[in-house]
Amino acid sequence: MANQNFPNPHEFKDIPGTEGWQRMYPYQYPFTTDDAKRNQYEKDMFWFYDGLHYPEPIYPFDMIWDEAWFLALSQYNTRIFSVPPVFGVDHRIINGYIYITPVPVTNPKEIEARVGPFLERAGYYYQNWDKLVAKWETKIKATIASLEAIKIEPLPDMEAKNVVDDALGESKGYHLLKAYDELIDLGIRCWQYHFEFLNLGYAAYVTFMDFCQKQFPDIPTQRITQMISGIDVIMYQPDEELKNLARKAVELGVDGAVVSKPTFTAASAELKKTPAGQQWLAAFEKARYPWFWVSTGTGWYHHDKSWNDDLDVPLSSIGIYIDKIRKGQSIERPLEAVRKERDRVTGEYRALITDDAARATFDQMLGTAKTVFPYVENHLFYVEHWFHSVFWNKVREVGAIMKAHGFIADVEDIWYLKRSEIKDALWDLVTAWATNVGPRGPQIWPKEIEFRKTCMKKFREWKPPPALGKAPEVIQEPFTVVLWGITNQSLAAWAKVREAKDIASIKEFTGFAGSPGTVEGKARVCRTVADIRQLEEGEILVAPTTSPSWAPAFVKIKACVTDVGGVMSHAAIVCREYGMPAVVGTGHATSIIKTGMNIRVNGTTGEITIAQ
Amino acid sequence: MSTAEPVVCWFQECRKDAVERVGGKNSSLGELIHAGVRVPPGFAITTEGYRRFFHQSGLEGRVLDRLKGLDPTDMEALESASTAIRAEIEAVPFTLDFEDSVAEYYRRLSTHCCVPAVPVAVRSSATAEDLPGASFAGQQDTFLWVRGVDDVLHYVRRCFSSLFTGRAIAYRARMGFPHDKVAISVGIQKMANSAAAGVMFTINPTNGDRSSIVVNSNFGFGESVVSGEVTPDEFLINKISMEVIRRSVPAKEMYYAVDRVSQTCVRHDLPMERRAVQSILDEDLLELARMGKAIEKHYGQPMDIEWAVDNDMPTGGNVFILQARPETVWSAKKAESAPAPAAPKTAAEMILASIMAGKKLG
Repeated sequence: MANQNFPNPHEFKDIPGTEGWQRMYPYQYPFTTDDAKRNQYEKDMFWFYDGLHYPEPIYPFDMIWDEAWFLALSQYNTRIFSVPPVFGVDHRIINGYIYITPVPVTNPKEIEARVGPFLERAGYYYQNWDKLVAKWETKIKATIASLEAIKIEPLPDMEAKNVVDDALGESKGYHLLKAYDELIDLGIRCWQYHFEFLNLGYAAYVTFMDFCQKQFPDIPTQRITQMISGIDVIMYQPDEELKNLARKAVELGVDGAVVSKPTFTAASAELKKTPAGQQWLAAFEKARYPWFWVSTGTGWYHHDKSWNDDLDVPLSSIGIYIDKIRKGQSIERPLEAVRKERDRVTGEYRALITDDAARATFDQMLGTAKTVFPYVENHLFYVEHWFHSVFWNKVREVGAIMKAHGFIADVEDIWYLKRSEIKDALWDLVTAWATNVGPRGPQIWPKEIEFRKTCMKKFREWKPPPALGKAPEVIQEPFTVVLWGITNQSLAAWAKVREAKDIASIKEFTGFAGSPGTVEGKARVCRTVADIRQLEEGEILVAPTTSPSWAPAFVKIKACVTDVGGVMSHAAIVCREYGMPAVVGTGHATSIIKTGMNIRVNGTTGEITIAQ
Repeated sequence: MSTAEPVVCWFQECRKDAVERVGGKNSSLGELIHAGVRVPPGFAITTEGYRRFFHQSGLEGRVLDRLKGLDPTDMEALESASTAIRAEIEAVPFTLDFEDSVAEYYRRLSTHCCVPAVPVAVRSSATAEDLPGASFAGQQDTFLWVRGVDDVLHYVRRCFSSLFTGRAIAYRARMGFPHDKVAISVGIQKMANSAAAGVMFTINPTNGDRSSIVVNSNFGFGESVVSGEVTPDEFLINKISMEVIRRSVPAKEMYYAVDRVSQTCVRHDLPMERRAVQSILDEDLLELARMGKAIEKHYGQPMDIEWAVDNDMPTGGNVFILQARPETVWSAKKAESAPAPAAPKTAAEMILASIMAGKKLG
């Protein structure tokens, strides 16, 4: 590993025209040049690009989630659960791309001292997992309810009469500042909860994986994950709702009306004309909350819109299902078959363990992995989808007020401001409103936003190297291992593609073997979920990453390839359930593969070959 | 002893409870067939066949006479008696009935194998009372590439006479077995005419993974693989999903084929265009793995197996197991390695141990 060469994190010069980009992000994020100690620390660490969460450069406002998980993950490792050999995960940024590094505990005495508290604290969570998760659900639902209750109201010329009648003693200006603070606070709080169980969950996974790999050194990772498959989780519920609506449309005989119009507005006008149509619309409306808060992306970017933000997306997916039903094809997830196969695989591996103690350990670790699985999946719906989707829209409401006061030219410009800058601007805005004078912001922000737009454009053209600095021999941070799948092999594969001068010359590349099997077929590159409408039966989906709102694509395709994600990523999990090959985390599939190419996907080995 | 007992029977009719009739080797072939393992087809001359030959030909009296009063410790005397007895046995003609039965089975075997006068291996298969001595009673008596009924009958006689080697006589005398009560069976089995052959382990011998099957393969006979003269194709197959999870197909420069006249393996250069070609089809590989699993299940332990894909017989029925024995490489390694540390008890303890070990990047 030591012979793996990655660039020095300090060698990157600003892209011409972006000088000063660092001010778009928190000041501690850029790599350091003027602090010798910090500079040396940065040189000694192994930084890898977090392409899993950030396939594109990050917007100043969207940094909120990076800071939120920076804090949350690290505090649980370091200060709460006392994970013995690792502290937190440190973050940096180059040209809008986030690099992270797990920070090891280097002093053996300190590691030793952290063991006792870990066993006690983590042990408490493992032992009481289901009870504590139930408590978690209450907390997270209350947090989302608080978020939904936040009102972002415009500033009136004259406060309402009741302010006086009720002796309220507060203005709408103060309310705006307060609402914004609450919004941010709820966001950070939500992420505090996000990591409460997650790292422990992943640690349980890693342990089960380790155990299986020790018993069966040749075991493919996907066989391990298969042993934990087929567990019902709410992450699939949005898709189930679409299937139910498709079935209902056929039952009510309104399927024709549902698929006849390309937009929801038009279809709903048509459906309103008949009682059956109205009945279907009522069912549709009922399914929307909360299930249509599912994001069309990962939820990490403000532009990852939810189904509720664009009802044409779920409508088109319902159309795909209706089409299947009409053709007499099944739209069920083959859950029973998956469970049967899971039990067979588990039983066969278990039978090969000859040592009684080892078999008992296998049973216990498998049990723990299955216990933690639902949380590991379900938290995504609550946090990244439901909470984030509502949150982005609330921030847009703040943006609308800023636009009304001339601070930004467009509501969508708000994402170019850091959350602290928005707070500052709102103070400027509110005090100017209170005083009835002109605010300073309109002269400052639109200009700055133009500069930042240029930066973002140039950042998008820049390819972040997969890793920087010195690779360690061992990684102990559970996240790094499971989520990013950082291995010698993956790093070498990334480096290889990066070194290729001409991307069109690449005929073979690899990713993680996400779901077994080999197929050859026509590729369809879908950059966003909107593109899945173009998918034809039997094509191979090539996507940056997939999320639950991509589910309808999986009934049409025969294999899936993604740029980002590990063996526990959405695409890998779904493909295993449908029994079709997947290669995930290829790094560059959407740039190398073009729609119409014939490609061969080997989900058993992770190899992709371009036939022509 | 009922005269209705057959003198010949197919391998698939030989079961575990038939050791007395067909000997250990033939009955274990029958057991393997019933466990779902395909072996080269063939048939057995039963001990009944031997007995009829021994008792009806008048041999019995002559042989017993020669053995009378022999000193079991006088190896020289034993050897000279053995030589005389064996010569006598090999000179006695079979009954027409017996010859007809063997000829008919041999004819049917040839038809089944799609080869006129199919080359066979003729092997003795010792019965229970001879089992402790099987290592010397049967070991030498394997005759390969035997072709035509006359030759088959000739070598059957040689197998029969192997009951009377000096050491076998001495052994029975020591153990108090009457010489006229022992019997032997003979197996007649198609010679695998290997298009490809090699070995298979139902464990990964390099790391002890019991969920793996490792297959080594080259064109022609398995000798090139067993002797290490060639770097064979190597496949790692997952026993549970039955997928090939790793494969290596290097250039193979040579192979062995039989010279039927000299009945020896002859080395040939592999033509350039075939060298880098995978020597076994994936379908056959998986069929092999399936049989490997069945054999392991049958014997209850990881096995070391010799196999061949036969050139004569139609695809789908031509992947054969030639030999299976317990795997020893990994088992020996495991025995000498230190015992595993006591398993931690709680989930948190196990998870801690795993976190502490971390993931090696090197």
